Amino acid sequence: MTLRIGADVGGTFTDVVLEQATGGYVSTKVLTTHEAPELGILDGIVQIATEANVNLADVEQIIHGTTLATNALIERRGARTALVTTNGFRDVIETRTESRFEQYDLNIVLPQPLISRADRYVINERLNARGEVLIPFDETEARTLIRQLADGGYESVAVGFIHSYRNPDHERRFRDLLRETLPDIACSLSSEVSPQMREFERFNTVCANAYVQPLMASYLIRLRDQLQARGATCPLYLIHSGGGLMSVESAAEFPVRLVESGPAGGAIFAADLAARYGRDRVLSYDMGGTTAKIALIEHFTPQTAKTFEVDRTARFKKGSGMPISIPVIEMIEIGAGGGSIASVDQLGQIRIGPHSAGSEPGPASYGLGGIDATVTDANVQLGRLHPDTFGAKNIDLSPSLAGEAIIASVGRHLGMDADTAAVGISEVVDENMANAARVHAVENGKDLSGYSMIAFGGAGPIHAGRLLDKLGLDELLIPEAAGVGSAVGFLRAPFAYEAIRSFYTSTAGFDVDGANRVLSELEQEAMSFVRQGTDAEVVIERQVSMRYKGQGWEIPVRLDDGTFDEMASELLGSQFTKAYEEFFGRAIDDLTIEAVSWSVRVASVVALPEPVTLRTEGTEFAADHHRTIYDPVTGESGSAGVVHRSALNPGQQVNGPAVIVEEQTTTVLASHHRAVMQSDGALLVYRAAASQEVQA
Amino acid sequence: MNPTEELRYQVMWNRLISIVEEQALTLVRTSFSTSVREAGDLSAGVFDQTGRMVAQAVTGTPGHVNTMAAAVGHFINDIGPERIYPGDVYITNDPWKGTGHLHDITVTTPVFTNPTGSEPTLIGFFASTAHVVDVGGRGYGPEGREVYEEGLRIPIMKWAQRGDLNTDLVGLVRANVREADQVVGDIHGLAASNETGRRRLLAMLDEFSLERLDELAEFVFDRTRTATLNALQAVPAGTYHNTMTVDGYDTPITLQVALTVSGEGMHADFTGTSPISSHGVNVPLTYAQAYFTYAMLVALAPELPNNFASLEPFTVSAPPGVILNAQDPDPVSVRHVIGHFVTDLSFGAIAQARPEVVPAEGAGALWNFQASARQASPDDPKPPVEVLMFNSGGTGARPTLDGLTATAFPSGVRTMSAEATEQVGPIVIWRKEIRENSGGAGQFRGGLGQTIEIGPADGYQFEFSAMFDRVDHPARGRAGGADGQAGRVYLDDGTPFPTKGVATVAADRRLIMELPGGGGFGDPADRDPEAVTNDLRQGYVS
Repeated sequence: MTLRIGADVGGTFTDVVLEQATGGYVSTKVLTTHEAPELGILDGIVQIATEANVNLADVEQIIHGTTLATNALIERRGARTALVTTNGFRDVIETRTESRFEQYDLNIVLPQPLISRADRYVINERLNARGEVLIPFDETEARTLIRQLADGGYESVAVGFIHSYRNPDHERRFRDLLRETLPDIACSLSSEVSPQMREFERFNTVCANAYVQPLMASYLIRLRDQLQARGATCPLYLIHSGGGLMSVESAAEFPVRLVESGPAGGAIFAADLAARYGRDRVLSYDMGGTTAKIALIEHFTPQTAKTFEVDRTARFKKGSGMPISIPVIEMIEIGAGGGSIASVDQLGQIRIGPHSAGSEPGPASYGLGGIDATVTDANVQLGRLHPDTFGAKNIDLSPSLAGEAIIASVGRHLGMDADTAAVGISEVVDENMANAARVHAVENGKDLSGYSMIAFGGAGPIHAGRLLDKLGLDELLIPEAAGVGSAVGFLRAPFAYEAIRSFYTSTAGFDVDGANRVLSELEQEAMSFVRQGTDAEVVIERQVSMRYKGQGWEIPVRLDDGTFDEMASELLGSQFTKAYEEFFGRAIDDLTIEAVSWSVRVASVVALPEPVTLRTEGTEFAADHHRTIYDPVTGESGSAGVVHRSALNPGQQVNGPAVIVEEQTTTVLASHHRAVMQSDGALLVYRAAASQEVQA
Repeated sequence: MNPTEELRYQVMWNRLISIVEEQALTLVRTSFSTSVREAGDLSAGVFDQTGRMVAQAVTGTPGHVNTMAAAVGHFINDIGPERIYPGDVYITNDPWKGTGHLHDITVTTPVFTNPTGSEPTLIGFFASTAHVVDVGGRGYGPEGREVYEEGLRIPIMKWAQRGDLNTDLVGLVRANVREADQVVGDIHGLAASNETGRRRLLAMLDEFSLERLDELAEFVFDRTRTATLNALQAVPAGTYHNTMTVDGYDTPITLQVALTVSGEGMHADFTGTSPISSHGVNVPLTYAQAYFTYAMLVALAPELPNNFASLEPFTVSAPPGVILNAQDPDPVSVRHVIGHFVTDLSFGAIAQARPEVVPAEGAGALWNFQASARQASPDDPKPPVEVLMFNSGGTGARPTLDGLTATAFPSGVRTMSAEATEQVGPIVIWRKEIRENSGGAGQFRGGLGQTIEIGPADGYQFEFSAMFDRVDHPARGRAGGADGQAGRVYLDDGTPFPTKGVATVAADRRLIMELPGGGGFGDPADRDPEAVTNDLRQGYVS
């Protein structure tokens, strides 16, 4: 075990975790310093180094994740950027999918393109779908355009040509010319940033990369220099959205890969715990102040996707954001957090979110001026959160303000007292999260039965027990250090890079040489990124996304080692059929199968954590004091034990109804829940009636 | 109802909506049909045992808003209540009993409690509809003169009985459609999505210790009915008229509505509308009702869910034989071309009562086309390939906002990637770009159309099948706003190209389509000077 530091810069807090040589953690939360985020990190690092009595020169790795790139996109604080594209396709990022993400809103406002029309330029050149030249690249015209760009005062240029994922030549020639004339302007090519078919997503991704690149590059270099100035001479690595580590150099070149890196840390955190307990199928549930995030983890690996949306502007609705095509840990995010605001709609139905009271003014019970009832206020009203045990410093939790807000926002509209309305708020938010989890599973062709749940985030353990019941799952694990889970997760991440490229072929006329060439190039590309960070042993995973001809959804098929030969078509066909059956329950005979995109992921081998044997029974820990808490099982409020998590030793058991409190969160047990402290500090929660199944 | 019960029902209603979302997603994932995937041309819902819709998934197209809702009643009648058994699955694509044309297949599955016991009890139904790839006949287009030419028609019948698949019917379908595997695959997909819903519903009833759906359905209907009628209060009682003329297939078509608002609901009467066309652009009344209902809900009560009670107040009538009330066996294959205009037509009427809520007219009908790529020369044999594209013009300006550029309305269709389209067919899409100056001027500008330029590739030519409207009749502005620009279609040598029917694009030619813009809203002189400056800077207006 070596000395390593994980630093997660979030919207409100910067979490810094030091993993000591002995295996323990020292952690701190400092406020994020938005103007210069490196200051918050340095502050936190110095704090924990002092606390742990560690010399920064002895730290061997610093791993960093940040929302800076995401925020720059959302707040539109990037560089002055131009897009250069194929003549005829100037408006791809503006006309989007030509659809409305909300059918029932006449006053819908569609997302504004990242780069406005006046800053989008076209050039005569054209490739066909096979990457062959239809209109040659014209250097003279390109030079004229480059002079225009020079006059335009741009700091960064995104280049996106049609079908460049098949043939990057024209994009590269444009960059060469640009560098000759304007060497100081940053330049991003769509064929490098995201060589995937579908121009809207690819162009948008290259625009996003170009837009945040100058900002991110200068930030990363400042951070590295200042770390070194304070004696931290070890390498700095970045966590990327796919859940692996990358070098500062790669991150400065492809900063769009840093988008969503914080949540990725949370999923790795959960995957590590899943591995420790040998849980093959896990629902990871992270609930914070504004949103809840749900991810599926199979065989200790979070599910990944090739594209996602940032900045969903309307109720987190699909299609209301900016698509980014890069490998990413797949999760759904819904507007259900502790600060989510409750209201009553015109049908007399209680609604939660998507608006959040955030940290300012915060829930009504914080007494900081918030007047809207939030999920947190309902938890205060129901006794789950209490002023005596609420961890956040400087907040004097007020049950009476919570009650007043609940009556005003919900109770008086429905003729309910504060307790009943609070139950309603709590039930509706739990139901929303359970429904989102089920729908997410269906979208991924999964059935949740048999999954274990892992909960973290400030509000996660409060709601996890109820979610466990609603989803009909049997066991819930709440890890130690759940409050700084993402930063801990960073320390568990491998050096990893996934290279993806679209390359179309089908079982009717399979292009053996083409497929072999693409796979070999992708492997080289991914390997070169990983080798910037480590010489360790690596694993190579290869996948192809396939579908029946005529379908629009592809499903991933894992490829075996080795190169394709003339049997490739048959082999892939049968592998696809098998995967399709697993996914949809039945396959279809005699249809042509298409291969659309290929990916190779190279990752350093991370040793599996020491397995922990699950203890399902323990000696009962008697709470020394009690308070009145609502129990959703009996539907009534009654006396419940209050236990400090730090007082529990491995093998001790808490019987519901009870709350287990700690600084960052509270675990709520209903009357039928049992919690058993594990040897690694995690809590196992299950229903008493389900204990037989857990043991089995 | 006491507060605890109230909460219990609210939670169950939420769950029911989630169940139909799962049902719909199951269908989308497995579908072969481009329009299901890209256009959300599907629907999924749960019904009580009398056939009243309790919840419906929110999907991309309003065309099924109440067509499918009405369908389940037909299923119960035609199958006969005494022949409904556990394990059954029913099917139809009858345009007048389903959703308006043969390409939409509706599958309905009864739900029983205690299905394998001695006394199974029918508690409701799941139904789902999807637009399938092919139904035989002449293929998808307006060329049929009677519905018989438009393909295989499946009356309401059993796809499966007591769990046994009706293999005779499967064989009949296979023998009558192109792409039999995909069509039969999609029917299985519809049945599977209902099955997902059925299992989830039974688990939910179990969890909430409920024996029937009835009390929950009454709760849903009661709440929805009150909210819907409240929303309608915003429109003063009276009758409002509107007339709109569109291109039609060969002669212009006048659409006319008299919209009567009372405390009980809204009734649209389409008397005065042009008679049916000899081509398949005719609209079964159920489909016209869908777009009328959608127009009213989106304008007046956009937050309400679709169910029996939210749809019940909206009724329609029309003399048999007008184009919005096609009769069996009139051809109805591309009923959406005219059907989509019912929304603009209805907006025009409601604008007299509520001018501040409805937009100006928009491009309306989609500019979808099918290019049948065929070998250009007999010496160079090529397999035939079909290329399909969905494209949209501009929407009408809103009372406080510009219209949407190149965006489908009222349809929910998404366009497909040009790169993906070129990947599957011998086509080059040379241009797909905003059409400058095409939005109607106004205080708020109409949405801009787009210019599309395509040509055949790889030794092919196109037999190009079009059904483009708003070429002769542009989208009209409202409240002093100017009309949007009309559409234009021509070859790159300047030759005008027919906008309806089939014509050839030769191997060395390109076809240029300029899609219509939306109408403007309000006097152009009142436009914010900053918006004018921005229009010029971005090149939306030159």
